[in-house]
Amino acid sequence: MPEPLAWQISTVTAIRVETAEVTSFTLELPSWRPHRAGQHYDVRLTAADGYQAQRSYSIASPPSRSGEVDLTIEKIADGEVSPYFHDTVAVGDKVEVRGPIGGYFVWEPAFGGPLLLVAGGSGVVPLMAMLRERASADPRPPAVLLYSSRNFDDVIYRDELAALAAADTGLRVIQTLTRSQPAGWTGYDRRIDRPMLSEAIAAAGPAPLVYICGPTLLVEAAANGLVELGVPPAQVRTERFGPTS
Amino acid sequence: MTDRFVSRGFVGRAREAGDGAGRVPPGQYLTEGFPVLSAGPTPQVPLDSWEFTITGLVKAPMRWSWQEFTALPSRDWLVDISCVTKWTKLDTSWHGVSLDDLLGAVEIEPRARFVTAHSYGGYTTNLPLTDLLNNQAFVAWQYDGSPLEPAHGGPARLVVPHLYLWKSAKWVRGLQLREEDEPGFWESLGYHNRGDPWREERYSGD
Repeated sequence: MPEPLAWQISTVTAIRVETAEVTSFTLELPSWRPHRAGQHYDVRLTAADGYQAQRSYSIASPPSRSGEVDLTIEKIADGEVSPYFHDTVAVGDKVEVRGPIGGYFVWEPAFGGPLLLVAGGSGVVPLMAMLRERASADPRPPAVLLYSSRNFDDVIYRDELAALAAADTGLRVIQTLTRSQPAGWTGYDRRIDRPMLSEAIAAAGPAPLVYICGPTLLVEAAANGLVELGVPPAQVRTERFGPTS
Repeated sequence: MTDRFVSRGFVGRAREAGDGAGRVPPGQYLTEGFPVLSAGPTPQVPLDSWEFTITGLVKAPMRWSWQEFTALPSRDWLVDISCVTKWTKLDTSWHGVSLDDLLGAVEIEPRARFVTAHSYGGYTTNLPLTDLLNNQAFVAWQYDGSPLEPAHGGPARLVVPHLYLWKSAKWVRGLQLREEDEPGFWESLGYHNRGDPWREERYSGD
């Protein structure tokens, strides 16, 4: 029998606000196991009367940070677990988790590249783990991130992405803001479409490994579009979500 | 056991009687929507080339075209479904043919004990034959009175409601009967081999 993936009690050691709706939580794990970029942890909350709620959250940190993981969590207004994290959890709190989980939507440096990453909203989280791991990989495969957000202030990891791209000619970040754009915005201003996907393919180079994560409609449009543009379906890995409450 | 861990300040949603009481497996929450989860692009399968086959340990393999398949005796199914990603949806309404009827159309060799479901796009999942019999499973081509959308597994999807939904193979194109169990796609990637939501069989070793 395979060894069960045991629940463990982690400790929140840092909290970083990413955007108005999105916050990252650093969890220190007593039984840390190295993860692969793209994997997630399950979180289980228990009320005093024994009631429990579970959700899955993508790991944002690279596996090189041993002993801890960052989970980046979007607050869903009518949710149950994400509001608890945003409104109640403080540094020093204990959170029950198990992981890492997921063996398909993963990337490790040995897979090589080029990488073509497509994100919508908080779907960028598992892709950020890939970019963070790639940043310290040697060699570093070329990578393109095509990232759709609603507004400028909703762009998760905005400064870090800008810094990564500025320091690395092998990384191209193509952004679109679908709802509003600040003055002087030079990115796209509409939903991800065929011209953007063509540009991303051209920038990535031949035979890219594709990872797409975001809301269902975005993932469907991007995956179908890339396949129609000639990317083999077997090269396209998707992670789809409605909001995880 | 030591004292149970309690999450500081966690209350959770109101627990009301009738709120799906007794129908939501442990660790699951109710959803009204129908989330879509799959590992790759949605295959587009034209109906004029669609087929469904039963192969492997059978006296003679069977094959149906779309016309033949949808002309089989079929009925409505009202079932609760649970996805390993934690959501449960009650009273989902499908239309399709029972696996009893499909498997009744072939002569199964006595040593057949397992089934691999194969899908367009390459997905596979494995099940014990006993999980597919006695009206526990069906192949559906309608959801909520409309043709099953590709994103939800259309043209046709295996539905095995008493197991986590990854066992309900989308875009199903055939069943292969086998003597030995053979892990399918997710079963090879850390997920549980059987996937009973009431036993919370999510991951290998659960």
